[in-house]
Amino acid sequence: MTNLTFEKALADLEQIVAKLEKGGISLNESLALFEKGVKMSRFLKAELDKAERKVEILLKDEKGNLRAEEFEAGEASGDDKEDKGGDA
Amino acid sequence: MATKIEGLVIKDRVYTVSEVTEIVKTALEVALPQVWVEGEVSGYKRAASGHVFFSLKDEKCVIKAVMWQSTARKIVFDLKDGLKVVCRGKVSVYEPRGDYQLYVDLVEPKGKGALQLRFEQLKEKLRAEGLFDEARKRKLPLRPRTIGVVTSPTGAAIRDILRVLERRYAKLRIVIYPARVQGEGAAAEIVEAIDALGARPGIDVLIVGRGGGSIEDLWAFNEEPVARAIARSKVPVISAVGHEVDFTIADFVADVRASTPSAAAEMVIEKEEAFAERIASLTRRLGELLRYGIRDRRGEVTDLAQNRIFQNFQVRLANLGRRVDELETRGRNVIRAERQRIAEHKGAARLASERLKNAALRTVAEGKAAGARLGAALDALSPLAPLKKGYAVVWKEGGLRAAARIEDVAPGETVEVAFLKGEFGARVESVDRKKRLESRFLKEGS
Repeated sequence: MTNLTFEKALADLEQIVAKLEKGGISLNESLALFEKGVKMSRFLKAELDKAERKVEILLKDEKGNLRAEEFEAGEASGDDKEDKGGDA
Repeated sequence: MATKIEGLVIKDRVYTVSEVTEIVKTALEVALPQVWVEGEVSGYKRAASGHVFFSLKDEKCVIKAVMWQSTARKIVFDLKDGLKVVCRGKVSVYEPRGDYQLYVDLVEPKGKGALQLRFEQLKEKLRAEGLFDEARKRKLPLRPRTIGVVTSPTGAAIRDILRVLERRYAKLRIVIYPARVQGEGAAAEIVEAIDALGARPGIDVLIVGRGGGSIEDLWAFNEEPVARAIARSKVPVISAVGHEVDFTIADFVADVRASTPSAAAEMVIEKEEAFAERIASLTRRLGELLRYGIRDRRGEVTDLAQNRIFQNFQVRLANLGRRVDELETRGRNVIRAERQRIAEHKGAARLASERLKNAALRTVAEGKAAGARLGAALDALSPLAPLKKGYAVVWKEGGLRAAARIEDVAPGETVEVAFLKGEFGARVESVDRKKRLESRFLKEGS
């Protein structure tokens, strides 16, 4: 499950629910589907929980290499609410 | 000065060509040192030197015009044949050819600003290339988590975006590539930022924009290089320039146009929220489907009617019910009509009436039977029903598959045996494919 993507997991879960809704499957198959569906759902919820907020700004050093730094939204530079001041 | 020229012309004196040309040239330059001329461009030609030659014409007349390279390179729009323009310049003579012409030092499109025309011309050019086609626009990813932002780090746009993130408790990763968004060199910085961020791994979507301003302030987003950078970006681009009313070339090329930077932020947040909502809803439905297997039978029948899984059955049942009603009504109507006829004809008609009535009743009975069959089908769909009665499931492969027959298990295999509540691990000691369930009961009985 290490290389399971959330896109794949979501598609699988949708397919499972659709199959179960459609019915006409054996007990064996439906139990397996429930099990897999629960697994997908757990995986997706964990994926959601993993998300966190992070704001970075890329800065160039003298050699032109980029490095990411944490970005702090500064005070409005003067009264240029609309980017009017200089290079905004 | 005019009197001076007149003084130069002496009666009965023979002049050289150069002398006459000089007089004409001086006369024209004195009369028309600076004049605004309105006309249509024709015969436009740019020489290798950068100087531009064309004619201005109206319905009746043509004036040759020349524009030096130093003037020509300052024109922001695309000067070409057929364009109606207003030119400012002096009128003079090109002596080697005896042509008089307008030496243009300023040209404006007629009826609109030069920037406006440039905007329209670029828009038309890119549209013709197909850059605005809906077909080439990409949808935002299912779940954009890392957002590249091309804007000024001190401008209004980034502050607005971060404010929205804060307000919505959005757990997104923002990567800002700082770029000046107005003034000389802004377009080049925006292009660099789009190219760099688009190529950076892990970026799901780009927001390119700035806060509101005058048309000149927003101009960088109308530049062709910016449009082309947006078009070639490897990840979808949301344009977010100025206010709702501002439309730039960038907006037309971008995969998605947001009316403001805040709106762009809302868009990506909504994708994540929709994703979370989809998971929640699917999980809920999975739970509902599962619960039907262990719910009390009595309650099940009514509950089933409300569940999605049985909606199509429900619809079919309802349709069936409607059809039955319809048939009943129709039957009754026919019967009523028949009765009337019976009153009139008596005798023979009675038989027909009886047959119709029977047919109607039969249809009703058939409908009811079909309904009962569907009900039975619904019961059979409850997958966990047998567990409720005390049976167990033998799980294989950590629960991925259930064993349905003896061939599904092998000696030494590890399985889980699950009851409705709880399960235990077990290893298959031995397998006897011949043994039947009945034999066990028989042995006990003897």
